[in-house]
Amino acid sequence: MVLVPVAWLGDHVQIPEGLTAERLAADLVRVGLEEEAIHTGEVTGPVVVGRVLDVTPEPQKNGKTINWCHVDVGEDAPRGIVCGAHNFDAGDWVVVALPGAVLPGGFEIAARKTYGHVSDGMIASVRELGIGDDHSGILVLTRTGFDAADLVAGADALALLGLDEQVLEINVTPDRGYCFSMRGVAREYAHATGAAFTDRGLPGPAEQAPVSGGFGVELADQAPIDRVPGCDRFVAQIVRGVDAAAPSPAWMQRRLVQAGMRPISLAVDVTNYVMLDLGQPIHAYDLAALAEPIVVRRARPAEHLVTLDGQDRALHVEDLLITDSPDGQRGARGIGLAGVMGGLESETAEATADLLIEAAHFDPVSIARTARRHRLSSEAAKRFERGVDTHLQRVAVARVVELLTRYGGGVADETATDVGTPAAPATVTFSPQVPARLVGVPYTDAQVSQTLEAIGCQVSQPAPDGRVQVTAPTWRPDLTAPEDLVEEVARIRGYDEIPSVVPAAAPGTGLTRSQRVRRAVADALAADGLVEVLSYPFVGPDAFDAMGLEADDPRRNAVRLANPLVDTQPLMRTNLLATLLDTTRRNIGRGNVDIALFELGLVTAPASESTGGLVAPVRVGGTRPDDATLGTIRGAVPDQPRHVAAVLTGRRAPSGWWGPGREVEAGDAIAAALHVASIAGAELTLQAAATAPWHPGRCAALRIADGQVVGHAGELHPNVVTTFDLPARSAAFELDLDALLAAGGDPVQARPVSSFPVAKEDLAFVVDASVPAAQVAAAVREAAGEWAEDVRLFDVYTGVQVPGGTRSLAFALRLRAPDRTLTAEDTASVRRQVVSALATRFGATLRT
Amino acid sequence: MSTPSPLDTDAVRTAVAEALAAFAAAPDLAALKQARTAHLGDKSPLALANRAIGALDPADKAVAGRTVGQARQQLGQAFAQRSAVLEAERDARVLVDETVDVTLPAQRRPVGARHPLETLSQRIADVFVAMGWEIAEGPELEAEWFNFDALNFGQDHPARGMQDTFFVDSGTDAPSGLVLRTHTSPVQARVLLDRPLPVYVACPGKVFRTDALDATHTPVFHQVEGLAVDRGLTMAHLRGTLDHFARAMFGPQARTRLRPSFFPFTEPSAEMDLWFPQKKGGPGWIEWGGCGMVNPAVLRSAGVDPEVYSGFAFGMGIERTLMLRHGIADMRDMVEGDVRFSTQFQAVI
Repeated sequence: MVLVPVAWLGDHVQIPEGLTAERLAADLVRVGLEEEAIHTGEVTGPVVVGRVLDVTPEPQKNGKTINWCHVDVGEDAPRGIVCGAHNFDAGDWVVVALPGAVLPGGFEIAARKTYGHVSDGMIASVRELGIGDDHSGILVLTRTGFDAADLVAGADALALLGLDEQVLEINVTPDRGYCFSMRGVAREYAHATGAAFTDRGLPGPAEQAPVSGGFGVELADQAPIDRVPGCDRFVAQIVRGVDAAAPSPAWMQRRLVQAGMRPISLAVDVTNYVMLDLGQPIHAYDLAALAEPIVVRRARPAEHLVTLDGQDRALHVEDLLITDSPDGQRGARGIGLAGVMGGLESETAEATADLLIEAAHFDPVSIARTARRHRLSSEAAKRFERGVDTHLQRVAVARVVELLTRYGGGVADETATDVGTPAAPATVTFSPQVPARLVGVPYTDAQVSQTLEAIGCQVSQPAPDGRVQVTAPTWRPDLTAPEDLVEEVARIRGYDEIPSVVPAAAPGTGLTRSQRVRRAVADALAADGLVEVLSYPFVGPDAFDAMGLEADDPRRNAVRLANPLVDTQPLMRTNLLATLLDTTRRNIGRGNVDIALFELGLVTAPASESTGGLVAPVRVGGTRPDDATLGTIRGAVPDQPRHVAAVLTGRRAPSGWWGPGREVEAGDAIAAALHVASIAGAELTLQAAATAPWHPGRCAALRIADGQVVGHAGELHPNVVTTFDLPARSAAFELDLDALLAAGGDPVQARPVSSFPVAKEDLAFVVDASVPAAQVAAAVREAAGEWAEDVRLFDVYTGVQVPGGTRSLAFALRLRAPDRTLTAEDTASVRRQVVSALATRFGATLRT
Repeated sequence: MSTPSPLDTDAVRTAVAEALAAFAAAPDLAALKQARTAHLGDKSPLALANRAIGALDPADKAVAGRTVGQARQQLGQAFAQRSAVLEAERDARVLVDETVDVTLPAQRRPVGARHPLETLSQRIADVFVAMGWEIAEGPELEAEWFNFDALNFGQDHPARGMQDTFFVDSGTDAPSGLVLRTHTSPVQARVLLDRPLPVYVACPGKVFRTDALDATHTPVFHQVEGLAVDRGLTMAHLRGTLDHFARAMFGPQARTRLRPSFFPFTEPSAEMDLWFPQKKGGPGWIEWGGCGMVNPAVLRSAGVDPEVYSGFAFGMGIERTLMLRHGIADMRDMVEGDVRFSTQFQAVI
């Protein structure tokens, strides 16, 4: 994120000889600057300074002309090298990659025969060395700031160009905007190590002296955001006569490249360099293209601006604009999206000789909104939205002027512009006891004050109650509250000082019933041979089609995401099978056989009309909303019941040397669902149902005691089986686990266990085949009365021995009394009751 | 075989000797049965001799009766002994004959498994429950207020853009104010609003970011959040809790390190690193989670007075923990639901 060339840091802070990026990273991480990566040059091997001795142009048959050169690389004899570029002459100092060198992209240099010569190396360009994008040809050292007197043929060019230097890439957290500069990182290095730090960003007397008479600038923010003006300081300085053709010095180009920027031209390079160095974004305008005055204002409705990247952008009235005033029309023309990106029209052109240098301070909120709105994360915006030092502008401009003067021959006007009054940094009333109270390290008051002063704060003498007034430095707009200062104290004094103490928590009551039941359900399903999966909750309407849901099925009414990951899956699942079937298909596609999967997870209920739809009020944090508002916020969150679902395919009992196993059937899914319910403490009743995605003749609706349907189980519809490439007769269930949990849970009241003998009675009835077995069984159980310890349907028969349209259901009854041995007459009476009840209710006859 | 005289003790002794020899020689129960018929049956010499006793003089009867009786008793015992031996031999042979190859495959039941992320979440929950904490939960589709505002993410704070958020479509032009939670931290605000203080809760759960699935990213993953709010809590207590948790997850040698960081909902904030001996390329610190002291703004959002209460919070990725513990290189293995992944793990991890 922020690239820190190790040597560059040395401009601001004393670094030890031979400081490695690894060591630097270890130092910086202690104060919260985390290492992202360490970059070293991609150029290796012999790359040396060379002096071109002669250049012989040789036209080729293909129309090109190559140059056959002899180059002194500090050896006994010059080397012969073929070169296709023409921007150099005999006598020029160049960089030569000798055989054995490797250039960026893994380009290995070797002596090779070409155009009738043996080319014994390569004269390198800026691009080939990975220094920049410049296509103009060979890097001629004397044209990029090197003095011929300092150059020696055969000297190591990697060291000369800094290509062997290490660059540390660090991650800077959003509260630490000043670390988007070498100045800031160097300060942190000093905090971490105690090294001597020189703050090159502090304004001296020259930068504090009043100025006037410069280019006219008006701050005219007609609509500040939250009463904060969009621009509260604007410094401008004219520099005339900058040589547009002058290259920026090699060291600057090198540092820019190391810091991840592309060298472009002197004016642009200098502004970028000073930004990287000090943290102040700077813009250079072509003075000739500007019409006085510059006006900083919000965009007007329907206003457009073409930014430097060539994009025509429709502006928002909240966007802060830099404008100028052509034809005397004040603020009529946009020339830049303030703090984010300049306009194309006023770009410094090749021939620009007179420049207006701008360094301003903008409201972070305004810049952040504009950058986000236009999806423009420029280097300037990155710094402004994190907060730039309000005292840095004149220092930065002075540095730019100095560099333009030295390397481009520019001359700054005597006059300058400095308008606006930036807000003073926050002053925090602070008790020096607070860090110890919150961090758990017994810092003394003196340690606290010293630490805060070390980071640039001004700390007042303590008041009688011990509290001090702490004024944050101008580069730390993040320090606004006591806890911010606490972090600084803890951070600078070191987190490793904090002891490790396990707190004694208030006594808890363990897992909730719901949590315990979920564990038991999942464990039981796993023990029963099902594999748990966690599928993504995203689906498209096609998932509901594949399940065969009717057009008006409420499960199609799903919450939609505004920015789904995959455009075809914008919906949140309303049931688990919608995603579980797909996971099953993936497994089968990978050759996994006889698989049974289950998932326990939340589904999202559609928006309910009663809660006013899917709109939750967004309130600013920091104060507790009133109960009504909280109620509205909570109410807008759709219900997300926890479901459990399973898909069973192939064989339920494995095949093997013992036999063929057993294929899955509807009953397997039903049995699993009943098992889940029993763990949740709920009793389910079964009823035939025709519900997608199940087979209409092989699906059971599962009801809890109050009649509410809490799920379905059975064989999947053959179309669903086909659509998902499942084995025939695959089965599935899905249950609303929350509803099950609500239905069960009262502690079981135990029945005494009778030790009297059991009386067994088997009864088979011929019943109309359309009567569901569960109803008959329930009737048997009811009629058998309280002695019936167990009623089990043990045989179902249809065939020649019973009339057509009927079937025989055989029940085994286990009868037992709590207080005595049942007599033959007792069991006979039960038998009579059952026979009579079934005859009455179902016209059933006892099969004898 | 002639009928021995019951008075002829030699003859009786001979008959006994023959019978004993026959019993002993019987190779199996069938042969023994035949020998018994021959030597103890109704037509055996001793049976005939016994019958002949009745015709003797009374003076001889007693002697003969004792002689023959003793002989028959002796043979009865010999038969029983031999019979027991042969039955034992037969029973042993039956067991040998019934031998099966017990090394044949025995996979009679389908193989199921919990997902290791869930097993690990439970293990994590158990660690905190053992410390007296409770396990809190919240919705996955959450109000922005809980996910951001209550946690001190300002509307324009760059941190709000740090996380790539799934927003819910309201169905109108107005924003819905609803998101898929980007972290488990909204549970903090819910817990502080809903529970009496002090609060010690851990919140494992699913979170969502708009990252495409690859070897190191998944749009749906799991975090565990910890929140303690009480009087007098300090960063030392945070560190102590994290150390305990790290040792529970990675063994008694586990070491942690805090380094300064930034989160809107904590101040001071820290990243927690774990010393990881198995790190690729050599032992080193790896990032395990973020933490800090609960920002007073968060406490105030939930109506808690930061002058009286302080607290700490932390969050770790459960996927990351699982990957580190079990050497999982590719995130996709954890999310695709391939049974071959989960069935590798034991029921207890």
